[in-house]
Amino acid sequence: MVDLIDLVQTLTTPHPLDRYLELVRPTLTVRQMRAEITHVRRSVPGSVTLTLRPTRQWRGHAAGQYVQIGVVIDGVRHTRCYSPVNPEGRRDRHIQLTVKAHPGGLVSQYLHENAVPGMVVDLSPAAGVFRLPEVRPDRVVLISGGSGITPVLSMMRTLADEGYPGELTFLHYARSPEAVPHRAELEAIAERNPRFRIELRYPEQGGGPFDYDELERVAPWFAEAQTYVCGPPPLMDAVRKVYEAEELADRLHSEEFTLSTTPVEADEVHGSTRFSASGARAENTGTSLLEQAEAAGLTPEYGCRMGICFSCTAVRRSGCTRNLRTGETDSDPDQPIQLCVSAAVGDVDIEI
Amino acid sequence: MTILTETKDGPLVLTPDQVEELGKALDELRDRVVADLGERDREYIYSIIKAQRGFEIAGRGMMYLGFLPPVWLAAVAALSVSKILDNMEIGHNVMHGQYDWMREPGLNSREFEWDTVCPADQWKHSHNYMHHTYTNIHGMDRDIGYGILRMDEGQKWNPYYLGNPLWAFLLMVFFEWGVMLHDAEAENIIQGKRKWSDLKPLVKGWWRKAGRQALKDYVVFPALTGPLFLSTLAGNAAANLVRNVWAYSIIFCGHFPSGVQTFTEEETAEETRGEWYVRQMLGSANISGGKLFHIMSGNLSHQIEHHLFPDIPANRYPEIAPEVRALCEKYGLPYHTGPLSKQIGDVWLKIFKLALPPRFTKNPSSAGVIVMRQRKATEVGV
Repeated sequence: MVDLIDLVQTLTTPHPLDRYLELVRPTLTVRQMRAEITHVRRSVPGSVTLTLRPTRQWRGHAAGQYVQIGVVIDGVRHTRCYSPVNPEGRRDRHIQLTVKAHPGGLVSQYLHENAVPGMVVDLSPAAGVFRLPEVRPDRVVLISGGSGITPVLSMMRTLADEGYPGELTFLHYARSPEAVPHRAELEAIAERNPRFRIELRYPEQGGGPFDYDELERVAPWFAEAQTYVCGPPPLMDAVRKVYEAEELADRLHSEEFTLSTTPVEADEVHGSTRFSASGARAENTGTSLLEQAEAAGLTPEYGCRMGICFSCTAVRRSGCTRNLRTGETDSDPDQPIQLCVSAAVGDVDIEI
Repeated sequence: MTILTETKDGPLVLTPDQVEELGKALDELRDRVVADLGERDREYIYSIIKAQRGFEIAGRGMMYLGFLPPVWLAAVAALSVSKILDNMEIGHNVMHGQYDWMREPGLNSREFEWDTVCPADQWKHSHNYMHHTYTNIHGMDRDIGYGILRMDEGQKWNPYYLGNPLWAFLLMVFFEWGVMLHDAEAENIIQGKRKWSDLKPLVKGWWRKAGRQALKDYVVFPALTGPLFLSTLAGNAAANLVRNVWAYSIIFCGHFPSGVQTFTEEETAEETRGEWYVRQMLGSANISGGKLFHIMSGNLSHQIEHHLFPDIPANRYPEIAPEVRALCEKYGLPYHTGPLSKQIGDVWLKIFKLALPPRFTKNPSSAGVIVMRQRKATEVGV
């Protein structure tokens, strides 16, 4: 199959075959993976659940992993990570995503408002090491907060599907019962699996935040379990502290749901720049990233040094940069930027 | 710093303040367009891509009926249009980073390759960087004469240039190969300023890119038409030739018509942004025409606007052209433009004229534009 594609690509050279096929139908691609939205459900206020049918390149996901979804908003393709909430290993090859519309979240709001069946989105292969091991642990603790529920829900549903014989506790923090996505599903799982303990907490409506006593109450055997946690930073910190104090850090697995926190003050000079391909590091001085890289002893490719030739384009892995010509700031991860007319705003990771 | 502009109507002085003002006006124009980029531009470039793919498929398909002369001609025409659109309105503009903001892998300046023998990365170096940064500066912009022609009085005459029209004709016919060899700086190798070993990485790229192009057009597609091998081969070669002649003609009209100015390194040392803009305007020339003509020329018919804003999507050039022109008029700067017939005639006249030693040719009647700059006070010891 691959050889045939290569042969056909000789005919379409220099353009990849997909650049022709996608014009016929966006999901008719040989290399690039995409997915079509087949169902849209808006049962929980402020969030939307999408069912996606991926193109044939999809190899499935392991419970806990994430995928990247790309959508076009006002002409620009934006990419974000979401964890499928459906169990792994299902035969129907569908993906279910629950997207919470974050205030100021461009993609999540767009999907919440505009997702309709038939819409085609970009899809990346599932990735991430936050996942259940092949050999399932005897005991499992799942802790999540807010939209951090998605990867651990996939884990729980996977174990439920497999008829997991061990003990499992799921502890979730939410604002209110209405804000818990897939609540009916949770109740059904609890009913069917007597060894699964599902605990929902609403700290804002009374009931304290996570602490040792709470853990001891819901999973007294937690020291023998593998624990998976995903949620906002304060929850993650609280859990980490307890496990470190108990010297159980190696049994704790976590995934940070990083909401890009763009500093508002773009003119303020602080933070440092990491050049991740070379391992160099530079304090932010407010100059262009090209000058910073050179001052750090690197020799990135460059041309005009005034933003016209695009020779110095490099990928910004993370962090926020400011375009020195337009003043615009941008913090989307993994985006190519022009080093000669970009300055760092806070901590930035550039791949050179 | 003073820029003194001498036109037919007499000298015109732009004060440093005026140059800065002009630069600001152009920066604002740029910001306005950039802020407005969106769905409309996406639809535009995809409509062009769809048209290009359509012509390509039609052209390749009709070659199967190439034994019928009118169909063969139609096939060549369709394939020529496809290649012209691919190279000019899509390739040239995408590789300038004009559509990078869309974040589409198929329209990204770092990844894009075009339907011509020159590898994208080599072209981006000689064109986007060398030519667009040092536009029309002698000794810096290798597009002045492309290393083989005498295209400016500032290039010292020697007997080799008697062949100017012939070299220009050959460059036109084999344009895609000329573009490919441009980065080799052959004249510098002959003069010993550049080592043969410097070519190694370039040759690798040529082999990879040109090899695939030639394989596709001159082996695989002809073979796929079986008994029509030679007819398809000839058709593909003809389409490449048509594209070559067209691209050469449009590109030569961008900087070589009479009145367009060249500069020296001294004149342009330590330029301000405003002065850079002024140089881009004085060093470029437009071609007037209809919408279809602009699309087929990759909007390089708006060479002035392109040189001011090389990374703004080309479909915006026609929109901003009146504003740029009004700015030129406001400051008394010339805005070189004319129909294709006039511009191309101008260019060929120049090619013939500059073949001869200077004493045989009169200086052009129009004074053109003289750019004068005062050096920084510290440099002249004030």
